[in-house]
Amino acid sequence: MAYALQQLINGVSLGMIYGLIAVGYTMVYGIIGMINFAHGDIFMIGAFASLIALLLLSAGGLMEGPAAILLVLVISVAITGLYGWAVERVAYRPLRGSFRLAPLISAIGISIVLQNFVQVAQGARPKPAEAVISGGIELMREGDFTVQLTYVQILIIALTLAVLAIFTVLVTRTRLGRAMRACEQDRRMASLLGIDTDRTISLTFVIGAALASVAGTMYLLRYGVIDFYIGFLAGVKAFTAAVLGGIGSLPGAVLGGLLIGLIETFWSAYFSVQYKDVAAFSILVITLIFLPTGLLGRQEVEKV
Amino acid sequence: MIAALREAAIAAAVAFGLFVLLVGLKTEPGSAGTLILRERFGDVALLCGLVFTGRLLMALWRARRAAVEPGAPTRLAALTGRLGPWLAPALLATALLLPWLPGIGRSELDLGILVLTYVMLGWGLNIVVGLAGLLDLGYVAFYAVGAYAYALLAENFGLSFWICLPLAGILAAFWGVLLGFPVLRLRGDYLAIVTLAFGEIIRVVLVNWTELTGGPNGISGIPRPSFFGLPFSMGGEEGSFAAVFGLEPSPSHRVIFLYYLILCLALLTNWVTLRLRRQPLGRAWEAMREDEIACRALGINLTATKLSAFALGAMFGGFAGAFFATRQAFISPESFTFIESAIILAIVVLGGLGSQLGVAIAAIVMIGGFELFREFDEWRMLIFGGVMVAIMVLRPRGLVGTRTPTIALGERRKISAALVQEGRG
Amino acid sequence: MSPILELRGVTMRFGGLTAVKDVSFAAGKGEITAIIGPNGAGKTTLFNCITGFYRPTEGEVLLHGAAGITPLQRLPDHRIAQAGVARTFQNIRLFAGMTALENLLIAQHNRLMAATGFGIGAVLGLSRYPAAERQAVAQARHWLAATDLLDRADDPAGALPYGQQRRLEIARAMCTDPQLLCLDEPAAGLNPRESEALADLLRRILAAGTAILLIEHDMHVVMRISDRVVVLDHGSMIANDTPAAVRADPRVIAAYLGEADDEESAAGAAA
Repeated sequence: MAYALQQLINGVSLGMIYGLIAVGYTMVYGIIGMINFAHGDIFMIGAFASLIALLLLSAGGLMEGPAAILLVLVISVAITGLYGWAVERVAYRPLRGSFRLAPLISAIGISIVLQNFVQVAQGARPKPAEAVISGGIELMREGDFTVQLTYVQILIIALTLAVLAIFTVLVTRTRLGRAMRACEQDRRMASLLGIDTDRTISLTFVIGAALASVAGTMYLLRYGVIDFYIGFLAGVKAFTAAVLGGIGSLPGAVLGGLLIGLIETFWSAYFSVQYKDVAAFSILVITLIFLPTGLLGRQEVEKV
Repeated sequence: MIAALREAAIAAAVAFGLFVLLVGLKTEPGSAGTLILRERFGDVALLCGLVFTGRLLMALWRARRAAVEPGAPTRLAALTGRLGPWLAPALLATALLLPWLPGIGRSELDLGILVLTYVMLGWGLNIVVGLAGLLDLGYVAFYAVGAYAYALLAENFGLSFWICLPLAGILAAFWGVLLGFPVLRLRGDYLAIVTLAFGEIIRVVLVNWTELTGGPNGISGIPRPSFFGLPFSMGGEEGSFAAVFGLEPSPSHRVIFLYYLILCLALLTNWVTLRLRRQPLGRAWEAMREDEIACRALGINLTATKLSAFALGAMFGGFAGAFFATRQAFISPESFTFIESAIILAIVVLGGLGSQLGVAIAAIVMIGGFELFREFDEWRMLIFGGVMVAIMVLRPRGLVGTRTPTIALGERRKISAALVQEGRG
Repeated sequence: MSPILELRGVTMRFGGLTAVKDVSFAAGKGEITAIIGPNGAGKTTLFNCITGFYRPTEGEVLLHGAAGITPLQRLPDHRIAQAGVARTFQNIRLFAGMTALENLLIAQHNRLMAATGFGIGAVLGLSRYPAAERQAVAQARHWLAATDLLDRADDPAGALPYGQQRRLEIARAMCTDPQLLCLDEPAAGLNPRESEALADLLRRILAAGTAILLIEHDMHVVMRISDRVVVLDHGSMIANDTPAAVRADPRVIAAYLGEADDEESAAGAAA
């Protein structure tokens, strides 16, 4: 019982991280119909930016503890957002309107570039980070096993919910949000009505990158070690989450993220750790085949 | 000029933002075991300077190009137009004669074998992606199936290469159908992601199912190829290749044999593809790529058409895998990562519009280029990715800008890329 | 006139929206039947139900073919096409990157595939395929000539002007040797001279033995060549009669009120 509860906590906090990345996928897909293959690597960039910022702050003795984390978040979001913007401008915008394969190959190219850029610039070895926040709340004890809700996990859950709340307000209440939704429905019409579609799309990418950056910071705090390859796996899983929840649906992305996090955690706890990635991939395949619009997605009727 | 400077300045500012932390401060293991930061702001300045100049040059060049009359055929296009018909025969002749050309040694032949392997893989995937328009991001799975099938069959049953080869192909084709079946209704990007997932699932299984596949250690000691039963042994004994042909035993014999073997396999792939293109099946593939709904309205069974594309593409991938296994004598899951699928897909897309010649040239350029940059080591993949992006942005339809019809009442005229649909799903 | 196609109580619902409600009529062999109605009446939806792109929520679609009566409502689209029902599309769906000739050859895919001996035989050059292809090219020639496109045979379909693309789509549909040809707004965007040519083409197709079912807005074409007119409004059938009767039907006029051409209402008044 305690073991299961611990897995539940772990799964939820992992799921939140996936959810944050998944929202980025779903936003971009919603607005330009493209799967941003490099989005997972943007998450990885966010993690690295956070690491460097963290080291910078603590080495300079400037700050330590939770206030530092806030500053790290801000720096990381700014830098990663810039990466998101740059990638869209360089690799995707010139191909908008081109046929399907070109942006996909371009995205794969960017993914390779980002991974290898970090590998060259920072070295290929895994980078450990000292625990900035440690300790947690003991929830339950069963024999030798203690169920713990760490402060980091509380932070992850609270921060993710806060960020998503801000984000939902952004999409539903602001002018930018309306512009995004208009572009999602009908880009040409939106532009005819005076919406600057290029800017809206750029901002969508930036926001997606910002969310992925927060996920990267959280990942760093939670797992304490990162390397240049975490983007690929996290990316596929987050994309699975987005699809599972229904691509184009923001609450769906979060829901999907939670489900994937829980499934992955419970699978490795009760079955086998080696095949946990296969579990995620298999869910992706099964979802797309049997439930192509996902759990909360819109039913699309083919117009002939 | 002012506008160009401004563009360049903005680009440099963006570059600064991108690089100041990630390049400027390198994380390194410190003395206490934790990470420390080493500053490299000089590199950052250099990069920003490069970006500035690069962007400036680009802006100036673009301004100059706009002054020239747009739409006028460039000299490059005219040149390639005239060379076009000569290119394919020239390449074929070079490929056939390569081992005998002066200056071609063992390492050049090895490179040739590598390039031809990718050409064959490209031609195989071309059936699925280029002709049928099915975005397959997991092609490496069939390559792996072929390799492992050959390795296991040869080791456990002692069958010769010539029997194992078709078996490997059939097995791969079977997997092609198996993997193709669930994805029949998927379109475009979704199809790509699911095929990617399949490829990864197979790789993880290969790594973990140690009893069958040897796990991460792979399978070694795969039987080397023989010249139709005559072993290439160095001893020159009775019954070996060297003895029968009265030659001095040399390691290059086997290499040359392998070279011609992959050349034949690749040419087989090419021949079958060219034949099928002229037949209803090939035309149905291309029609499916253009517009699936129209195909359905004409009574074409898309399930059979798609599965045949998957199966045939997979079969040639399997053949290539079997060849790979016999050439290396050792295989492990490391050789069958997603990056391989991405490279092969990039070759096909770079080739353009299902063109066989385009794919061949793309493979030569990309794989050959990749090998040539060997000294650059860790920069290689970075440059490779960058080149992929650059080529897509500059020539989204690939190198070959036209499609040649398969039949005509009069003369067959090339169709420009602007009209050809691709991967609409 | 014996029917070629019979609809009984066909209904199509998309979630809460009923696009087609309880439509029943029969299209006759050797006749041209037109389906008309204001925009949004459900005409293309009905077409899609007949040709298998949608599965009707209720009702039956029966093809009275050479092989007996075939219910179509449960068949997938390509089977319906194989059964002898060909169609064209409102937004032309040609294979733009392939030549006109290639387009017509693809229409004969099934017949040609049968002649290739599972594909392998033809690759090896051992089958009846070359002869079959020659025959198919001849058939393509015939229809290219009939639609006055013979000189464009080797041009990419996407490069043809609009009117020729429409005709090519019809030629391609005819190459499947259908018993029933379903046309979705074949006269859309055609000028009067082209509409005349289209009307002639349709009459010739009819004379050659293929019944025609068409959706159309151009009343000149409809009134001139149709033997029967079915009128849809908001998914229901409000009239099913000869062109003259339909033109004078007050319900039909009411349905079109405010959307009619000046010429059409003048013609209606003069009738």
